[in-house]
Amino acid sequence: MTTDLSLEKAIGQRTHSGFVAWLVSRQIFWVLLAAVLSVIAMSLLTSTFATPNNLFNVTRNFAFVAIVGIGMTAVIITGGIDLSVGSTVLISAMTTTVIMHAGLPITIAFPAAIAASLTVGAINGVLIAIAGMPAFVVTLGMMSIARSIGMVMSNNALIYEFGPDQAILFAIGGGSVRVFGLPIPNPVIVMVLLTAITAFLFNWTRWGRHLFAIGGNEKAAILTGVPVRAVKVSVYMFVSFCAGLTGFLMVGWLGSVTTGLGSGMELTVIAATVIGGANLAGGSGTALGAVVGAGLIEIIRNSLTLLGISTFWQGTFVGGFIVLAVAFDRLRNTETSE
Amino acid sequence: MAVLELEDISKQYGAITALTNISLTLEAGQVVGLVGDNGAGKTTLVKIIAGNFHPTSGHIRLNGEPVSLHGPKDARSKGIEIVYQDLALADNLTAAANIFLGRELTLTARTPEEAERPWYRRRRWWLPVPEILDYRGMYKRAGELFMELKSETRPRDLVRRMSGGQRQAVAIARTRLSNPRIVLMDEPTAAISVRQVAEVLSLIRRLRDQGIAIILISHRIPDVFAVCDRLVVLRRGEKVADKNVADSSPEEVTGLITGAIERA
Ligand SMILES: Nc1ncnc2c1ncn2[C@@H]1O[C@H](COP(=O)(O)OP(=O)(O)OP(=O)(O)O)[C@@H](O)[C@H]1O
Ligand SMILES: [Mg+2]
Repeated sequence: MTTDLSLEKAIGQRTHSGFVAWLVSRQIFWVLLAAVLSVIAMSLLTSTFATPNNLFNVTRNFAFVAIVGIGMTAVIITGGIDLSVGSTVLISAMTTTVIMHAGLPITIAFPAAIAASLTVGAINGVLIAIAGMPAFVVTLGMMSIARSIGMVMSNNALIYEFGPDQAILFAIGGGSVRVFGLPIPNPVIVMVLLTAITAFLFNWTRWGRHLFAIGGNEKAAILTGVPVRAVKVSVYMFVSFCAGLTGFLMVGWLGSVTTGLGSGMELTVIAATVIGGANLAGGSGTALGAVVGAGLIEIIRNSLTLLGISTFWQGTFVGGFIVLAVAFDRLRNTETSE
Repeated sequence: MAVLELEDISKQYGAITALTNISLTLEAGQVVGLVGDNGAGKTTLVKIIAGNFHPTSGHIRLNGEPVSLHGPKDARSKGIEIVYQDLALADNLTAAANIFLGRELTLTARTPEEAERPWYRRRRWWLPVPEILDYRGMYKRAGELFMELKSETRPRDLVRRMSGGQRQAVAIARTRLSNPRIVLMDEPTAAISVRQVAEVLSLIRRLRDQGIAIILISHRIPDVFAVCDRLVVLRRGEKVADKNVADSSPEEVTGLITGAIERA
């Protein structure tokens, strides 16, 4: 009887003492707080921020970065990195464009765009996980290759005719759904669904558990029989899937694709995930963190524009938040390792 | 009959020869102490048995059957468990997560044995939600294992925040998940207190009484004498002694390790 009791106690023991202590130890909490405070301040300071139109734009803009950021989080948890996401966005958008411009239906264009993106991810994954090449170098190369292929596909023509299914394409990427009377942009809906699904995968499935194990101690994961290679290939395919989804949505939103689409996006995405609490050394990160990080970056960008401050300052703010985020992580780790 | 037989096992890492023609037999319910100086080849030998390395040459037989081990999972499925010298723990995960690493319990795989199988060979593989983690089941089993080891470790604690002894308990608890026939322990008592050493030694005796064959690597000669039935001494990759503990003495073993005594 006594052993039963103490066993129950041992199992029930938690490492964190209280809810508040747990909350303030989470980076995501502080980032969310910063975002909420900025929103409140901007609503009071300007008459232009809290307008339905501006809020609609802000949420849609950050949804694109957030969707890719969710995939990037999975990669970063395993201790990897993917610099080719911006180019994968272009590949997906170009595939959609070329196929639909040729008069084929969206039911072919969308799967083709996703398949093209997954191919990029699979190549990255195989080179990294099976050939054992460094993720940074492989995806740096892929960033260049994928963008150049995207450019070749465009044939240097600006396309804004998308065949018979054009209206559907524009409605998916640029449209919105009314939720409780508020228009919510479709990309935001996708983002919310993807966040929920990914959070579930991270926390409640074997796959998620293996991501964290690989990021924490890859050697141990190999020794204990975790299918490390397969899992690593799968995360690069997952982030490419997210980028492909984004590329497809972006075509519908923009109505045309330029070869510069998504260039420089990888850095914003990585910034968003790091601000949201992912550790570039691997082993930690959350799906929601990437979303909140992306939200904060977009709010800053939008605020600077509305306040009439040169957008040149944006980099300073984003960079400052990255350094803050890493400093926070260090602080927390030195605290707990004592 | 011998549970495990090694015949003329050699291992080379490039130009380095780590093991030369090691032959060894292991009986059920027997504890063999494997001793030797740093770099003698002890870890290399047990890692070969655990499927981590392929021997450069030589044969392995399990229960008389010649086998070739393809990786740690394969060895585990053949009844071989190991405590690694560096423990092989992921710091960012909980104790329970580490114990079940690579064979997590899920809604379709309720036992570690079943989790070990690929999904299509599980009893209920057709369930549409095959890989959802069974947290409750894992915490419960982990808690029981720590009780059994009389360790103060809690299943939900992060390994990052654990003491050396608690980490060791996690690594040892892993070997208790299944019903192995062979347990290999690479310095399981290196970082732990006197009381916990006694616990580990009594655990080893209990395993032996269940008929499990054990190889214990240790630099602590008294521990070896306290628990082992047989002693194998390695020196620079060669087996220089293989005898019953009762026929030896700590002085002789020390001499064999350092080379003061050539062979016994
Ligand atoms: N992965 C490896 N690659 C190359 N050489 C290795 C490797 N692992 C071990 N060695 C070499 O093989 C020899 C035996 O090493 P091993 O780790 O088996 O020794 P050990 O007896 O376990 O020593 P210790 O008591 O220090 O743990 C050493 O010379 C070591 O340098
Ligand atoms: Mg060793």
